[in-house]
Amino acid sequence: MLRFLGFRLLRAAITIVMVVSFAFVVLRLSGDPAQIIMGADAPPEAIAAFRRAWGLEEPLWLQYFRYFGAIFSGDLGRSMRDGREAIGLVAERIPATLALTVPALLIKLGLGIPAGITAALHRNSFIDRAVMMLAVAGFTVPSFVLGLLLVLVFAVQLGWLPSGGQEGWRHAILPIVTMGAGGAAVLARFTRSAMLEVLGQPYIRTASAKGVPWRAVVWGHALPNAAIPTVTIIGFMVGSLIAGAVVVESVFSWPGVGRLLVVAVANRDLAVVQCILLLVAATMVTANLVVDLLYGALDPRLRQRTA
Amino acid sequence: MSEPLIALRGLTVDFGGAPALRGIDLSVAPGEALGLVGESGCGKSVTWLAALGLLPGRARVAGSVRLGGEELLGAPPAVLDRVRGGRVAMIFQDPASSLNPVHRIGRQVAEALGLHRGLRGAAARAEARRLLDQVGIPDAGRRLDAYPHELSGGQNQRVMIAMALAGRPELLVADEPTTALDVTIQAQILELLGALRRETGMALVLISHDLGVVAETCERVAVMYAGRIVEEASVGRLFARPTHPYTQGLLGALPPLDGPRLPLAAIPGSVPEPTAMPSGCAFAPRCPQAAAACAAGVPATIAVEPGHAAACLRAVRELVPA
Repeated sequence: MLRFLGFRLLRAAITIVMVVSFAFVVLRLSGDPAQIIMGADAPPEAIAAFRRAWGLEEPLWLQYFRYFGAIFSGDLGRSMRDGREAIGLVAERIPATLALTVPALLIKLGLGIPAGITAALHRNSFIDRAVMMLAVAGFTVPSFVLGLLLVLVFAVQLGWLPSGGQEGWRHAILPIVTMGAGGAAVLARFTRSAMLEVLGQPYIRTASAKGVPWRAVVWGHALPNAAIPTVTIIGFMVGSLIAGAVVVESVFSWPGVGRLLVVAVANRDLAVVQCILLLVAATMVTANLVVDLLYGALDPRLRQRTA
Repeated sequence: MSEPLIALRGLTVDFGGAPALRGIDLSVAPGEALGLVGESGCGKSVTWLAALGLLPGRARVAGSVRLGGEELLGAPPAVLDRVRGGRVAMIFQDPASSLNPVHRIGRQVAEALGLHRGLRGAAARAEARRLLDQVGIPDAGRRLDAYPHELSGGQNQRVMIAMALAGRPELLVADEPTTALDVTIQAQILELLGALRRETGMALVLISHDLGVVAETCERVAVMYAGRIVEEASVGRLFARPTHPYTQGLLGALPPLDGPRLPLAAIPGSVPEPTAMPSGCAFAPRCPQAAAACAAGVPATIAVEPGHAAACLRAVRELVPA
């Protein structure tokens, strides 16, 4: 178990390093922050001073090693726009993002899983077809289209809800629904196919053959097995709690981490972008680690291999 | 035959227009061991899955299944749940996938004990341990906490049998219980089934495509072909005087133990598709003794002599010489 955990932690660390390195290189190749932040008609002396101040005139490999050295001493750099610590800028946006993504996650779980189970238990019935139609619609329509559609109906036409901003809980409803719908659709489909796969297994017939009532067959025998593939998807959803709202936050002008990322990328605010990506990679990797541990808890066949 | 324990009458099963069973009449007496043989897809398993209401919803089942006077077809779920695993238990072909991979073996046996004998907690665990012991699982106390993947196929089948015994059934339906196992393990499992039958007095239906297995374990045999029973007799009688050409073909296909090496005899052709059944006798297109009359209508099952019935026009001719 310890060896397994150590191995996984090492892999997680390598993943994070790779994400951060990739972001570092791509951001520096894709435009000069000095030009963008100072403006196109800034005097060359000012731009040169800016580059000196931020160490941008040094060779890339030196910047890279400086950057990693700083990370290990806990310094994630400062915003090139207002000089504040990047980590502080990002941290103050996290609550706003979680205010959307956590309720959205609850919708995904609370709607998607029961819908998928119900569809599987009533395979080929009207319920099944209705759920699957909604699910296909839910995950084929991109979130920015669904978001705009909801704004059009509930904000513009009906005037029930605000179209954007963050002044109170009513402003959160449309973005939460937008995110929740897509995720619930994905989860419904996954849960359905996982359940169908399990319900066709011989051990389900065995349970019925020994007189287990159908409800208990579903809850006691089918669900624990169907949970194993479903947990993977839920893991991804938990992993994207921080970063999963980029599009929706932009559509609804919600001041969260996602919007900060979009603005920071547009400005080539290197430290802020890298700080966010580091955070995203860390949450994703942590979620995956938790999923791996959950597999062991759910499936005794994997427990041995990981022990 | 005394009052049957379970009686199937005119049992038909249809999977969306494809008939799988075309009228099965079959009885099992208390304590009797009946073998049900036939090729893959002839409906052996479907017969008993249908009788216990274990087929998927799209299967249309008709006819009658009476267990000691109680009709099982169309019975409410609560009645079926009490019968299944209680009065009639069933074990299956592939023991490894027939046990739930995420539950411990002790729990799976104890579940049946809770359902049919009201045993819970320590009492259920003690009884589960006794059952594992009874079916010959070594170190039963420790095996209770094992998962199915930690046991061999033969041991898993023993667990399945223990689980089946948990409800003290009057009938055990064993659906190809040894097909997925090594030959040596096969013999052990068959021996175990025979011993348990003697100990408990339960009846046994052994579904198999292997006539040899049936001959060793059973007293009576029913031969199925394309969704019908074509011949039914005591084991001795069937082997000595098979009447239906299909049974004769099956026996002829068994390799002789002594004598020179000969190519195995096979029955030419293959089983007709359920959607393309011949109009008369389903075996007629493959039958070496078929006559024009065979295509005219499905031959009725008639008693060649007491306890021996066959569904073949030739049997009628033998009985009533023209």
